Amino acid sequence: MTLDLDKALNSMKQQLADYCQQQNIENPIVVGIHSGGVWVANEILDAVPTDEDLATLDITFYRDDFTRAGLHPQVGSTNLPAIEDRHVILVDDVLMSGRTIRAAMNEIFDFGRPASITLAILFDLNSRELPIRADIVGEQLSLAENQRVKLSGPTPLTVSVIETH
Amino acid sequence: MMRSDPRALQLNEQGQLKHFLTLDGLSKEILTEILDRAESFLSMGEQSVKKVPLLRGKTVVNLFFENSTRTRTTFELAAKRLSADVINLNIATSATSKGESLLDTLQNLQAMQSDMFVVRHQDSGAPHFIAEHCTPNVAIINAGDGRHAHPTQAMLDMLTIRRHKGQFEGLKVAIVGDILHSRVARSELHALKTLGVEEVRLVGPKTLVPAFFRDMGAVICHDLKAGLDDVDVVVMLRLQKERMAGALLPSESEFYRLYGLTEESLAWAKPDAIVMHPGPINRGVEISSEVADGDQAVILDQVTNGIAVRMAVMSMAMSGQVQEQQATGEEG
Repeated sequence: MTLDLDKALNSMKQQLADYCQQQNIENPIVVGIHSGGVWVANEILDAVPTDEDLATLDITFYRDDFTRAGLHPQVGSTNLPAIEDRHVILVDDVLMSGRTIRAAMNEIFDFGRPASITLAILFDLNSRELPIRADIVGEQLSLAENQRVKLSGPTPLTVSVIETH
Repeated sequence: MMRSDPRALQLNEQGQLKHFLTLDGLSKEILTEILDRAESFLSMGEQSVKKVPLLRGKTVVNLFFENSTRTRTTFELAAKRLSADVINLNIATSATSKGESLLDTLQNLQAMQSDMFVVRHQDSGAPHFIAEHCTPNVAIINAGDGRHAHPTQAMLDMLTIRRHKGQFEGLKVAIVGDILHSRVARSELHALKTLGVEEVRLVGPKTLVPAFFRDMGAVICHDLKAGLDDVDVVVMLRLQKERMAGALLPSESEFYRLYGLTEESLAWAKPDAIVMHPGPINRGVEISSEVADGDQAVILDQVTNGIAVRMAVMSMAMSGQVQEQQATGEEG
C-alpha cells in the first residue's frame, strides 16, 4: 500500500484555510507535536492565516503509560508562546488511540487557557481508544491491525506503511 | 551481580538508574541524560501550572537524618512539581530518638507503600545500606551521606556549568576550601572527570586537601593564586565552622586571608570565569560579599537548577523501578 503524502498535505492546507475563515479564527498559534507533528506543521504553516512562529510540544512528561513503561526517550522540547485566550491549531502526523492528543491537551492547559483548540491530523487511523476526533484530516486510512504508518523526516518528508509483528 | 557494590546496585538490568546513590561508576551517557532531562524541566518554569503529572499517585518520603533546609526544600519542590505526594520526616527528632532502629523505621514507611525515599544521613553509605537491605520496589535517592557523596549537588553544578559554558571539554575547574570533609567535592570530581573537563584543581591548606585525591585524577594546589590561575569555573566550598575546633585550621580570618575568594583573587581566574557555591555561604569566611553578589556569581542559578536536576533524577529512578517491576512481573 502506498500513500500519497502531497495529496494529504494539500488537502489539509485547503481545509485549514477554509476552516479558519469559517470559524473566524485569526492569528492562531500552530503547535506541532514532536516529532512527526512538527514536520507536518512546518509543511502546512503557510496555509494558516497567522504571524506566529511554529510552536512545539514534547509530551514525554504527560504520557499516560509511565507506570507501565517508565520514561520515554526525549524527542524534542516544548516551546509555546503565551496561549491564554488564543486559538490553537494542534498538529500531529497520525491519530490512532487518541492518547497522544489527550496528553498534548493536558500539557497545553498547564500553560494557560486557550480560546479554542483545533485538531489537524495528516493520517487518521480508525482505531480510537478515547473520545477524540480531528477537525482537519489529510487522509482517512483503514489499515490492518498489524499495519502502522511511519513518517520519516524532516527533509525529505516521506511516509510508508510498515508491518508490525 | 555483587550486591555490595553501590555502582551495580543503582542500575537495573537495562543499565538504567533505579536508585541514585553515587556518581562513581555512572557513564557519561547517564550523566548527560540527567542534564538533558533537567534542561527540559527547567523550561517548565514558563508554564502557569508549574507541574507535570509524571509521578502522580507516587509517594515520596524525605528522610532527613541530618538537617538541611535548602536540600530538603528543593527535593520537596521537585517531587511536588512531578505531582508526587511528599512527606517530610525529620528523623533526628522522631522515632529513632525513641530507640526504634533504622530498619524498623524504614519497614514501617515501606508498609505505608512509599515509592521513593530521599535520604540524607551523617554516616557515609547509609543510603546504600537502605537500598540494599529493605527496599524492594522503593527507589532510594542520596541527598548527601557523611563525607561520601552528594550526587544531586554535583549534578546541579554540572548543569550550571553546562548552561554557562556550553560544554565541558577544555574547561579548567578549581574547587576551593575544605575538600577533606566535603561530600560535594568527591561527587563533583567524579562528575567533572566523567564529563571530560580538562583539569580539576583542588585548592586549600594541606590539612584540608589530602594528597590521595591525586589518585582520583585531580591536581592538588595549596596556593590560591596557582589554583585559580586561568580557570573557567571556581567552586567555593563552605568552611564547616564545626571543624575549626579540630585544629585543622588556625582561624577563620587566617583562612580568609589565604583562601578567601575576593575580587582581587578572582582576577587570577579567566575574566569570564563563573563562581559557584553550594550554600549556605559564609560571607567574609570563604567568599567576599562583592564576589558573592557580583556578576560572575551564579549561586542562585544553582538553586534553580537544583530543582530541575532533582526532578530529572527522581523521574529517572522511578522509571527504572517501574521497568524492573514490569520485567519481574513478566517473568513471574
